[in-house]
Amino acid sequence: MSVTVDTPRVSYLTEENTIGSWLLTTDHKRIALLYFASITGFFFLGGIAAALMRINLLTPTGAIVSHEMYNRLFTMHGVVMVWFFLVPAIPVTLGNFIVPLMLGARDLAFPKLNLVSWYLFMTGGLFATYSLFAGGLDTGWTFYTPLSTDYTKGHVVAVAIGIFISGFSSIATGVNFIVSIHRLRAPGMGWYRMPLMLWSLYATSVIYVLATPVLAMTLILLGFETVFHVGIFDQRLGGDPLLFQHLFWFYSHPAVYIMILPGFGVMSEVLTTFSQKGIFGYKFIAWSSVAIAVISFFVWGHHMFVAGTSVYSAITFSLLSFMVSVPSAIKVFNWLGTLHKGYIKFDAPMLYALGFLGLFTIGGLTGLFVAALGADVHLTQTYFVVAHFHYIMVGGMVSAFFAGLHYWWPKITGRLYPEMWARAAAFLIFFGFNLTFFPQFILGYLGMPRRYAAYPPEFQVLNVLSSAGSTILAVAYLMPVFYLGYSLRHGARSPSNPWHATGLEWKTQSPPRTENFPIIPIVTEPPYNYPRPEDRTRAA
Amino acid sequence: MTLTLTSASVHSAEVDALLAGLLLMSLAVLALVFGLIWTYAIRYRAGNTEDRGAIGQKSWRIEIGWTVATLVVFFALFVWGADLYVRLYTAPGNALKIYVVGKQWMWKVEHEGGQREINALHVPVGRPVQLIMTSEDVIHDFSIPAFRIKHDVLPGRYEQLWFNAQTPGSYHLFCTQFCGTDHAAMIGEVVAMQQADYARWLTQNGGSDTLVAAGRDLFTRYGCSGCHQAGPTGGGGTVRAPSLNGLYGSPVPLADGTTVFADDKYIRDSILLPADQIVASYAPVMPSFSGQIGEDDLIKLIAFIKSLAAEGPS
Ligand code: HEC
Ligand SMILES: [Cu+2]
Ligand SMILES: [Cu+2]
Repeated sequence: MSVTVDTPRVSYLTEENTIGSWLLTTDHKRIALLYFASITGFFFLGGIAAALMRINLLTPTGAIVSHEMYNRLFTMHGVVMVWFFLVPAIPVTLGNFIVPLMLGARDLAFPKLNLVSWYLFMTGGLFATYSLFAGGLDTGWTFYTPLSTDYTKGHVVAVAIGIFISGFSSIATGVNFIVSIHRLRAPGMGWYRMPLMLWSLYATSVIYVLATPVLAMTLILLGFETVFHVGIFDQRLGGDPLLFQHLFWFYSHPAVYIMILPGFGVMSEVLTTFSQKGIFGYKFIAWSSVAIAVISFFVWGHHMFVAGTSVYSAITFSLLSFMVSVPSAIKVFNWLGTLHKGYIKFDAPMLYALGFLGLFTIGGLTGLFVAALGADVHLTQTYFVVAHFHYIMVGGMVSAFFAGLHYWWPKITGRLYPEMWARAAAFLIFFGFNLTFFPQFILGYLGMPRRYAAYPPEFQVLNVLSSAGSTILAVAYLMPVFYLGYSLRHGARSPSNPWHATGLEWKTQSPPRTENFPIIPIVTEPPYNYPRPEDRTRAA
Repeated sequence: MTLTLTSASVHSAEVDALLAGLLLMSLAVLALVFGLIWTYAIRYRAGNTEDRGAIGQKSWRIEIGWTVATLVVFFALFVWGADLYVRLYTAPGNALKIYVVGKQWMWKVEHEGGQREINALHVPVGRPVQLIMTSEDVIHDFSIPAFRIKHDVLPGRYEQLWFNAQTPGSYHLFCTQFCGTDHAAMIGEVVAMQQADYARWLTQNGGSDTLVAAGRDLFTRYGCSGCHQAGPTGGGGTVRAPSLNGLYGSPVPLADGTTVFADDKYIRDSILLPADQIVASYAPVMPSFSGQIGEDDLIKLIAFIKSLAAEGPS
């Protein structure tokens, strides 16, 4: 199977290369790259805060910074990672790039809105980061009242405004994806002929559009109370601090699925490609994304099992939380079914995807620990919870992000990345991640509270292990910056379909031209239409 | 490196059992997932020419199968966890009551006998202890890992938590809800003692006054007795105010037609925000004591008003 490498002279990258042509572009591919640059910056900013925290926790009394500084660090880490990396990450970069290509369209439905969304994101992001640096916020990313309204010196309102503004970029992206998926599918592409990535981005967009306004409202109320002293959350003014938690988690739990659903989409693409086999249970995977998007709006109360809500509320939310994990379990089983009888290749995207499968499963299972009421009482607000959501967010979502990034890298840049380096990084990330976060499960069980700048000495060994792991993780996360950067200039030219994948994005040149397809393709076959094993054997 | 946590209360072993159940289930699932990935990765690697045969057609049977299996297991875990949770938070009626006030960044504890301690809590073993907790400022959380119990402590509310300590010893007390700069320093110890030792500790640290007695003094000092009858005395002034005898634990008809049950929270609100809940047929003339009476004094006043429950309505 030899491939002719067509080296396209003209592509969206070469078209015109003035600063203005990039900053005012409405090409979804260029906007994706703008977003790439931005979220990479935010990722490393959040990462530096995390590294400093891990260094501080090397000794029981705190090795390098004061309590106050430590509190600022974890607040910055949380705010930046959640709102300026995890929530947008896959949709605005890989999603932005790939959605029109997968649809067989020339761009998203609203190209200008897409550009506006990047400016909103940057405005909000820079505003929030500036306020974090200037005012030193120390409320944690959760902004619980009355701590955030009455008892902190930091710039709560300014940071909230930053998050508020960038929320509109989420809404804009969500609307853009929903409309594009409804209106711009290539002729012949029915809903069940869409790649599963599109189903999961569709579900993500629905959450963007429905949940983000609630966050916006909550932040407005927070600002209102702080500035005008009207009683909303402050019990002394007749408000209720728990109301804030209800509103906050009403957004922030669905936001968890904003972060992970796009990763599910990447998984379905990568696993099929590198098994060279159709997806197992297409409809089940597709509808489980929708089910997750719906149920995720009804589980927020599981963050408040010890907060002072009623027993009935706790029982209801516990049951619903178990229910929301069923669709995720279904996905994992179907992905395993996809590997079954495949022709598995272990290129870097596949290694990241398999890493995702393992880490996400651990993250999901430990989620059941905290959904089970009697166990949550002991584990909540400890390092167990920290470990649990990092397995989902970092082990899961960041692995999926890397899987997708390596998978579509040849399409995005027209170059192949150095395979051996990429595989090494995948292994190192898996190892470093587990060494960092697995000890935290044990720390949590032993009772170490989260958000502690100092801790009793008996927790030191596990903390040192965790910090050691984070060093490895930091190196592993830096590696792609170098080898991917290297490949931009020196990587081998990629053919249009280096992985022999199905999907419309592979039917056009790498990198694509600005208009994506010379002629709009017509879809005549189901997605993931790889030869069945029985047909292969007959052919052989 | 310690990897085990002392199990020192009646319920801590039960929580550990639930955790063990969850762990076993997780290990089984992980073995399955990692096992399958491993097996498939070897058996179905691209280079392996082994005959794959045909892929089965009726995949929905398998789908239904594993969905139902997941649901059944999850439901069982849910019931197990919920049942334990209800028992973890339902204090028996005869529990020894101890009052806790959290503030940035310390825990203040008051015993019925007036004994006070800071960042420490002495309790007897073998006897249910109920903590009645409130905060002077932000939200805190009172957590005792060795007892596998914790609960948030909110301003403006009385939250409760109870345990029955089994093993004498000294255990960590953590604040586990982030509460500002010195959150990590809001720690202390819980000392569980044999009942005889506890009794001795109480006498050695004997408070000058029991909570009730201190509350009786405050009741006069804050001028409550000028309007309210409490015990045989008080009231009889120019203002008509309800007698507080027999109030605690009884239903109170309000001016808006509803009826509330007079618990700690109601009495607290009556003192701090009297205008919110007016007792039927009384004029809203009680001044608000918000900002004037601290949480410590409130606890004493409430303890005093509680003690009047026995007086019987007059
Ligand atoms: C100026 C007179 C006055 C003073 C002083 C006063 N109260 Fe009152 N209080 C009232 C009146 C009148 C009511 C009934 C109307 C209402 O519910 O506000 C009342 C209601 C109450 C209630 C609810 C009683 C019920 O039957 O439900 C409590 C409890 C109470 N007061 C406690 C106190 C305490 C403790 C103090 C001292 C810190 C205090 N009061 C001081 C006049 C007063
Ligand atoms: Cu949640
Ligand atoms: Cu605290």
